[in-house]
Amino acid sequence: MSVLKRFRLLLVLPAALLGGCNLVLLHPAGAVAAQQGHLIVVSTVLMLLVIVPVIALTVLFAWRYRKSNTEATYTPDWDHSTQLELVIWAAPLLIIIALGAVTWINTHTLDPYRALRRAGGARPIAADTKPLTVEVVALDWKWLFIYPEQGIAVVNELAAPANVPITFKITASSVMNSFFIPALAGQIYAMPGMQTELHAVMNSQGDYDGFSANYSGAGFSDMRFKFRSMSAGDFEHWVQTVKGGSTALDRNGYLQLERPSEREPVRRYATVVDGLYDAILGRTIGGSTKVAAGAHSESNSRAGNNLVGDRAAGDSPGARAP
Amino acid sequence: MTVGISDLAPLVLGRLTWDAIPFHEPILLWTFVAVALGGVALLATVSYFRLWGVLWRDWFTSIDHKKIGIMYVILGLVMLLRGFADALMMRLQQAMAFGGSMGYLPPHHYDQVFTAHGVIMIFFVAMPLVTGLMNFVVPLQIGARDVAFPFLNNFSFWMTTFGAGLVMMSLFVGEFARTGWLAYPPLSGILASPDVGVDYYIWSLQIAGVGTLLSGINLIATIIKMRAPGMSLMRMPVFTWTALCTNVLIVAAFPVLTAVLALLSLDRYLGTSFFTNDLGGNAMMYVNLIWIWGHPEVYILILPAFGVFSEVVATFCGKRLFGYASMVYATVVITILSYLVWLHHFFTMGSGASVNSFFGITTMIISIPTGAKMFNWLFTMYRGRIRFELPMLWTLGFMITFVIGGMTGVLLAVPPADFVLHNSLFLVAHFHNVIIGGVLFGMLAGITYWFPKAFGYRLDPFWGKCSFWFWVTGFYFAFMPLYVLGLMGVTRRLNHFDDPSLQIWFQIAAFGAVLILLGIVSFIVQLVVSYVRRESLRDTTGDPWDGRTLEWSTSSPPPAYNFAFTPRVHDNDTWADMKKSQYLRPQDGFIPIHMPKNTGAGFVIAALCAVLGFALIWHMWLPAVVAFVAVLAAVIVHTFNYKRDFHIPAEEVARVEGARTRLMAAAHV
Repeated sequence: MSVLKRFRLLLVLPAALLGGCNLVLLHPAGAVAAQQGHLIVVSTVLMLLVIVPVIALTVLFAWRYRKSNTEATYTPDWDHSTQLELVIWAAPLLIIIALGAVTWINTHTLDPYRALRRAGGARPIAADTKPLTVEVVALDWKWLFIYPEQGIAVVNELAAPANVPITFKITASSVMNSFFIPALAGQIYAMPGMQTELHAVMNSQGDYDGFSANYSGAGFSDMRFKFRSMSAGDFEHWVQTVKGGSTALDRNGYLQLERPSEREPVRRYATVVDGLYDAILGRTIGGSTKVAAGAHSESNSRAGNNLVGDRAAGDSPGARAP
Repeated sequence: MTVGISDLAPLVLGRLTWDAIPFHEPILLWTFVAVALGGVALLATVSYFRLWGVLWRDWFTSIDHKKIGIMYVILGLVMLLRGFADALMMRLQQAMAFGGSMGYLPPHHYDQVFTAHGVIMIFFVAMPLVTGLMNFVVPLQIGARDVAFPFLNNFSFWMTTFGAGLVMMSLFVGEFARTGWLAYPPLSGILASPDVGVDYYIWSLQIAGVGTLLSGINLIATIIKMRAPGMSLMRMPVFTWTALCTNVLIVAAFPVLTAVLALLSLDRYLGTSFFTNDLGGNAMMYVNLIWIWGHPEVYILILPAFGVFSEVVATFCGKRLFGYASMVYATVVITILSYLVWLHHFFTMGSGASVNSFFGITTMIISIPTGAKMFNWLFTMYRGRIRFELPMLWTLGFMITFVIGGMTGVLLAVPPADFVLHNSLFLVAHFHNVIIGGVLFGMLAGITYWFPKAFGYRLDPFWGKCSFWFWVTGFYFAFMPLYVLGLMGVTRRLNHFDDPSLQIWFQIAAFGAVLILLGIVSFIVQLVVSYVRRESLRDTTGDPWDGRTLEWSTSSPPPAYNFAFTPRVHDNDTWADMKKSQYLRPQDGFIPIHMPKNTGAGFVIAALCAVLGFALIWHMWLPAVVAFVAVLAAVIVHTFNYKRDFHIPAEEVARVEGARTRLMAAAHV
């Protein structure tokens, strides 16, 4: 009895610990992340169908066929059984067929490049809803968010209206980072000279953590920001507040900002010079040449297609210097 | 025009100045003092007991596959101590650095620690242990007297060792890379990493990589050409099969690593633009190439571990291995599939849904042959007579632990799930789950299993069991919390944290690391205690476990020539078959045995390569040229060495075999 009790304590303790923590990946607020979390649970359950029997059989066989148990059958030369072989190949095969189908379907429906069709749950996106576009630049070691439609930019703070689809266009200034807001949607790399995309929607209001999920050097640990999901009215108000400020983000301002720095406070820019994001993406910002034409014109192009290495031949090698 | 000393100094010393010595970092300084004192003590001991001659003649210049195998394993275990010290430092840092605390390791140091931990554990712990076991066991299992190219074997070992030496040197002269273990550009490019860290990374891996590639070629040739008569491919022991597949993987994969690191060095040294952001460079190409090597690499490590488990299960269950043919086919299928999955390491890089699905599903398919293997071991236990000796304990620990790691691995292969789990501590938990639960448990099983064969006495079971239980519980305490943290959205390689609710999990993980430390200490104690008690643990029969394959038919330790007569093979469990049919050892009729001769050339060439690497790391162009010419010269000189072989006289063979006959007779009385 006391053994059972102690055993129960062993089970309860981790459960209590787990209860106290926020498993954000399994209970996220955003619709995309919620589907991804659901997929983790479904896949795990599918695999447990074969994992649990294997562990149980291992323990059972180890006990039953221990040397001291002379009662157990002993067949030293038995090493083949066609039926059994069929079963042991077929069982994992069936699970993988099921999981493979789930994977194929979900990888396509949850493709980060695919525009959302539903704003969470079964709610379709209203025909008149205009998605919000945010251009994301990973800098050393802070995040720059440019709102092209609003003409504003913010460092280390991302605000968006709840229940409105957001289209992120993502690049980086110097090294690879990964743009990740666990409560919103899965991550995607931010790479210099290339653009990745992410479509997501947040279905409740509040502040959520965002950060770089790919190690990028000394200041990486503090490369964090708050994702603030708010009502449409509050968002409009927030935009107006930013617009009411006096700081402008021009090219020189950007070149200042781009320099490596850590633990940057939130900064808000009332205006942004035209074509800044394209210049960053085209890597023409530091050089003397014009913005590379069409560097990211196709909105559906993938990172690999967006290479701008073969851009303007007149670019001097000096452009490599930071 | 006169050339002053000040003009020559940069050519000779390159970037090396006194600033490269970390006097200002107390942790490193004290480590250096400890290492220096330990090193001096070691050198003094060797000198005091006049062991230099013995070490040089019998070990360093030895081309005996058994001694080289043992040296590889020693290298792996020594480097395990370094790699594990890094692990402890990381666990301590992450358990401390909460709230306002920055911990005790600033990013500059911490980032080197996690990079070095990964590099050392994969290249200089897991690889030497795997190569060491294959080197020692494969020729014995196939009834051969040595590997196909014995000199090359010695050279390979020294290249690996000197590569490890360069990594160790970076601790005290300059610094190591701060890029993560795969050194993705642009972070590892010259703009983001202008110092010597990445150059240490490149040249230590290039030098060690040559060794790995050559040893791969060597073992393939050995397995294909030198099997005892009667041993068809489908009669090879499973460990030899896995060794063959692993070495095929090595030969196919390591040149890719060499090429990609060469391109990265061109970017860094000559200003080319393969992986830069500008001038047409593309960092994604590096990521693809490094994983085209990197994914097969994990199968290079795990396949021999699967081989060990197959041998151990059959031996300690006293049964033939269930489903030998399907075990072989599963191994071959894994070998092929391991080339078709590399993209699953970067689903988040923006590939299309169809590409991601393809690589996700190929990854899942690998779990089918792996699952089949698991069932094969399971049904080998079924209706067996299981002896819970140490190797079998490690195998059971593996079977239960590895399936969990396999499951989380398949989960990570689902691209949408990977989008949230990628780079998280869940991923870190997953690959430690399969590498510790699979590779490391396998290597420890293999070491305890073949130790009596190598040294003539068994390992002390009590301390072995301590080590086993500390390792297993330590693993669960250290890594289960990381799964939880990963699900909480915590990413890897963070130096400090804000959210105080995470701290308890890091503290549990740190406790687990301490348990693993006790496991490692127990293992070392086990080695010492076993040496002290070696007379009572002595194996006089050559077959302490009632083994089933050829290595157990010769003495422990085996004579230099392994087998006085090449065995004939009639069954895949050859030795079990020989025992069943009342095999009698031949007592006379010995003939002289043709053997290769020791040479110091491997050591010398590898040492010169290390000098070349060091000079290149520090941009010491003059010494680099000199070292390069010296390497070429040493290689050419070695080709003129015609005294490469000798014969062990028949009388000597008769004497050794006679001694064994008397020993076995005495044991029987």
